[in-house]
Parts: sequence; structure tokens; C-alpha cells
Amino acid sequence: MTFVIVSLIKIALVFAVFMTTLAYLQWVERKVLAHIQSRTGPLRVGPHGLMQPLADVLKLLTKEDLLPPYVNRFFYLLAPFIAVSLALITIAVIPFGPHINVFGISTDMQISDINVGVLFPLAIAAVSVYGIALAGWSSNNKYSLLGGLRSSAQMISYELPLTLAIVAPLLLVNHLSFRAIADGQAGYYLGFIPRWAIFQMPFPQIFGFLIFLISAFAETNRIPFDLPEAENELVAGFHTEYSSMKFASFFMAEYANIVNITCVGTVLFLGAWQPLFPAPYSNWVPPLVFLAAGILCFFHGLNPARKNDQITFPIFGVAFLALAALFAIPPLQFILAPLFWFAAKVGLLILVFIWIRGTLPRFRYDQLMHFAWTFLFPCALVNLLLTALLVALFPGNP
Amino acid sequence: MPHPHVPLSWYLILSAILFTLGAAGFLYRKSVITVFMSIELMLNAVNLSFIAFSYQLQKVDGHIYSFFVMVVAAAEAAVGLAIILTIFKNRGTLQIDEIDSLKL
Amino acid sequence: MDTVLFVICAIVAIVCAFNLVLQKHPISSALSLIGVMSSLAVLYLLLGAEFMAMAQMIVYGGAVMVLFIFVIMLLNAGTEKNSNKSWFAQIAGLPLLLAFVAVVAFLIRSAVPGLKNVSFGSWWGGTAQNVGRLLFTTYLLPFEIISILILIAILGAVVLAQKEID
Repeated sequence: MTFVIVSLIKIALVFAVFMTTLAYLQWVERKVLAHIQSRTGPLRVGPHGLMQPLADVLKLLTKEDLLPPYVNRFFYLLAPFIAVSLALITIAVIPFGPHINVFGISTDMQISDINVGVLFPLAIAAVSVYGIALAGWSSNNKYSLLGGLRSSAQMISYELPLTLAIVAPLLLVNHLSFRAIADGQAGYYLGFIPRWAIFQMPFPQIFGFLIFLISAFAETNRIPFDLPEAENELVAGFHTEYSSMKFASFFMAEYANIVNITCVGTVLFLGAWQPLFPAPYSNWVPPLVFLAAGILCFFHGLNPARKNDQITFPIFGVAFLALAALFAIPPLQFILAPLFWFAAKVGLLILVFIWIRGTLPRFRYDQLMHFAWTFLFPCALVNLLLTALLVALFPGNP
Repeated sequence: MPHPHVPLSWYLILSAILFTLGAAGFLYRKSVITVFMSIELMLNAVNLSFIAFSYQLQKVDGHIYSFFVMVVAAAEAAVGLAIILTIFKNRGTLQIDEIDSLKL
Repeated sequence: MDTVLFVICAIVAIVCAFNLVLQKHPISSALSLIGVMSSLAVLYLLLGAEFMAMAQMIVYGGAVMVLFIFVIMLLNAGTEKNSNKSWFAQIAGLPLLLAFVAVVAFLIRSAVPGLKNVSFGSWWGGTAQNVGRLLFTTYLLPFEIISILILIAILGAVVLAQKEID
């Protein structure tokens, strides 16, 4: 019975954090894109635009939710449901931290550790193609149909290099369960190089990580692979005919897919919650980072660029200093420090996603498919074969 | 009737029902694609049987056979759908009643 | 708990299979088939076949059915026209089928005595390690032949689906 209660608490926590992350991911994206493009981004709704996601949610909820009469009603309503429910379910197998013992309850920082953990996000990614294909088809609109078919073809084409890139670190760690993969990347070479999969002998998985990242861009329909849903191509692709909450479902599904795939990449390649250098010293990194952020906020509060900053920045500064104090409490460190490292790595990958969105132009559709089949798939295959060869020649995981 | 466990024969009966429905769809439907999907349903029912018997004998061999059936079904689906595309291109129809002569 | 899950999945599978046979439009049939495959994946998990459940979703639900849906969308396959089906099949078909299933069920129960009871978690043998070990040792030859079969299928599909060279 305690298992059920603990699981429900974990699910509630993860769900709350995940939904808040999705909402504020949109704010982060708009701010980072804006600063890349030398403008300021959302600034007016709340301090530095922090209430912008709330305003967007209210706008989307109150928009007219129309059901066009010419669509195939069942599939039109089913498509965003499939897209968003599958996107939200993958987070259940991602481990956020080690096995912990809190208030006498011993549990993993993960909702469910299944033995074939790595295959689960792959299966979900494979099935979530239907959300997009059905959305494009049921809208009864040639632009939607073309956008939906192109997007589905792109997603299934890039599933192949993604899967092959995922298999390579599995050869190094010899397990399919995410927790075992994260535990297999513990330890340090020479005392200070972490044994993450991208650094692991006999074959550091740097190419595998790059192939994974490129395929991840294509799987989540992000720039440079977002031709099927770009606003100035094909009207808006597969979600042309969707409005209000159904449109919001597709966007939520897209951001959820970004978070999912960066979490999977972090666990497989960047060593999940394993810190960058050995334990007692790395536990001081979170408090130092938050301390630096707090001091920076106070500095900007004292030399404000805008009048409101005199009030808002010191408040953020106090919040950051409180976080630094929280992360410095020794009994909590064994829970919070792995969470910090995991969130830092995932945040770094999401920043790379947003950065590339602001920097690169998009591929044309035939360039995109040509790239997948003639370059990325052979690269992934060669990476896998090299990894297998080196693991067979140097067994015992040095 | 409350059972603490599920008897294995229920799985086999479910497999038989699915196979029968697949055979019925294969014989009854007139669109080539639906006939093809009924074939896939029959193959799935057989997979369930293999895995149920693998549980009975506590050996993994049934999983391997089921895996091979799955792979062969995927290859067959690819070639079969390519053939369906060619038929549609040449005859313009997907009803099997109208594809009844070798001459175009 | 096992019984509840089995009954739910079995009912979903049978309803979706009926739907596949009875629906007029191929896309509804395709989605019903995806429903059947998903419920079968859950049943595999109940039978301890965790690798096969995931393989079923990835291969069947994520590749084969996507292919079907692409072909249906590309060919713009419409609803089936109601050509003349025999009245005997329409009236006596379903009862005959049920009788057939009943006979098969009776034969199964009498021919294979001593069938076990399935409870989730009583057999952990269906792991990827076991399947992989058997696949690459005892069944290595069929494995290699199947890879050649897939290669032939790829070549066949590419040749059949390419544009005509006029």
C-alpha cells in the first residue's frame, strides 16, 4: 500500500514540475530567441514577462474553439489527444536521481524503472507519429495533408539514426533499464574525468551524441527541420485548422517532446545525475551557482536599466540566495545535488535547442530526407559498428 | 467468477477469436487494404498464441518465433503495400472484385 | 488485478477487431488495428514478455501501421462500395464463426491439459538479455536468413514503387 501512495506522490510531483516547466519553457524560448536577435522579448506582462505564459494560457482558453464542419470529426478530435497524452507519458521512466531514503521510505527518484526502459521512449516516439498524420489528414485541407505527411515521413526517417545512436552507449553499459545506465556511468577516470558515456572508453560516444542530437531536432520538428510546420510554408502545416485548446495541445506536445528527448539524451550520454567532478567538491557547485546568480541580481538591482528593475531584481536576488542556502544544507544535499546536476544538463541541451532555432535556417524537405538516408543513417551505422568492435576487443569495461 | 490468476486457456481462446475475426475480415471485405489488415490481425493472433505457450513451457523460444513472425509480417507489409500502389496506378481501383483479369 | 487487466485488454482487442471487420473506411480499420496491437502489447507484458511487448509497439504500431496509414492517405482510399455479398454469409456468418470458435476452444482445453495460471511477475524470463542470447546463439541461422529477407523486401518495395522511366 505504501508503494501506491509513494508512487502517487511521485507522479503528482513530477506532473506539477513538468507542466510548470512546459509553461515556462515557452517564456525561456522567447526570451533567449529575443536576446539572440538583439531585442528584449516579453517584458510587460509581469516582471520581465514572467506572467506571459499565464497570459498565453488565458488567451488560448478563451479563444473560440471552433470545429470546422468539413473535417472528419472523430479523427480531428483524436489527433491532439494522442499527441499530447503520448508526449506527457514518457517522463515516467526517466530517472532524476539516485535511490534515496527519506522519512524512512526508501524509493527511487523515478516514477517507474522498467527493465526495457530505453525501448519505452522509442515506442512512444514511434506511435506519436499518428497524432500528426491524423491531424493532417482529418483537417480535409491540402496544406494540412501535405504538412502532416511530410512531418510523419520526416519523423519515421529520423527514428532510424536515433535508434542506432541510442544503441551505441547501450553496448558500453550493457543494460536497457535507465537506472542501470545511469549507475553505469558513475565513477571517474584518473580521479577527475567523469565516466559519462561521451567520455567512456573504449569508445567515447561523441559522434553518437551528435547523431542523437541531430535526430532529436528532426524528431521534435524543430529548426532546422521544421519545414512541415513553419508559418511561412504550407500555411501552418498540420495544425492549420486547429484553434484554441487543440492548438495549445499540439504546442504543449512539442515542448514536452523536447523535454523528453533531452532527458533521454542526458541519461544515455551525459551521465544523468553524475556530477562533473567527484562528490564532496561537486556538492558545493549548486550553492555557489545560486550565490553568484543572487549577487548578479543584486548588482543589476542597484544599477537598474529600467525603473522597475529596482524592485524586481533584488527580489530575485533574495530568492536565489534562499535557494543557495537550501542547497547548502548537508542532509538535503544527497537529494538536491543530483537533481541540480540533472536539471543543469537538461537545461543546457534545451538551451542548445533554442540557440540553434535562433541561428540556423531551415532545410528544404528533399535536403532533409536526403540528409537522413544518405548521410546520417550510414554515420549512425558506422558509429555502432565501431563501438561494437572496440567493446569486443577490449572487454571488461575499462 | 473471481480468479486470483488468469488461466492460460483464456489467452488461447482470445487468440482463436482474433484469428477467426481476421479470417472473417479476409473473406468478407472487398477493399484490398482492409483484406491486408485482416491478414495482419491473423498474424498478431498467432503471435499471442506463441507467447502464451512460451509462458506455459517457461522457455524464451516462443518469443523468438514470435519475433520472426513479426519481422516477416513487416517485410510482407512493405512489399504488399508496394504491390497495392502499383495495382492502383494501373487499374485505378482498390476493390478486389474489379481486379479480376490479368489483362489490363 | 491481473484478471481485471486481462479482461479490459481482451475486450478492447475484440471490440477493435470487430470494428476492423465492420468499418467502411480503411482509416477507421487501420486505427482499430492499432488498438488491437496496443492491447496485445499489454497482454504480452502480463505474460512476462517485456521485450516482445516493446518490439510489438515499435515494429507493428510504429512502422507497419504507419506504412498502412501512409498508403491509405496517399491513395485517398475511399469507403468501400457495397457489392453483392451473399445473403447466406451475412445471416449465417457470425453464428457459424462463433460455433467454430467454440469448437476450437473446446479442442484446446481438452488437448492441452495442465495449462498454467498466468500471474504478472511470476516469470521473468522474457528479458531482452534472454531473447538476445537465444537469438544470437541457437537461432543464428534463421536470424541471418531473415536479414536477407528484409533486404529482398526493401529492394522489392523500392523497385515496385519507383516512377516509370518513359
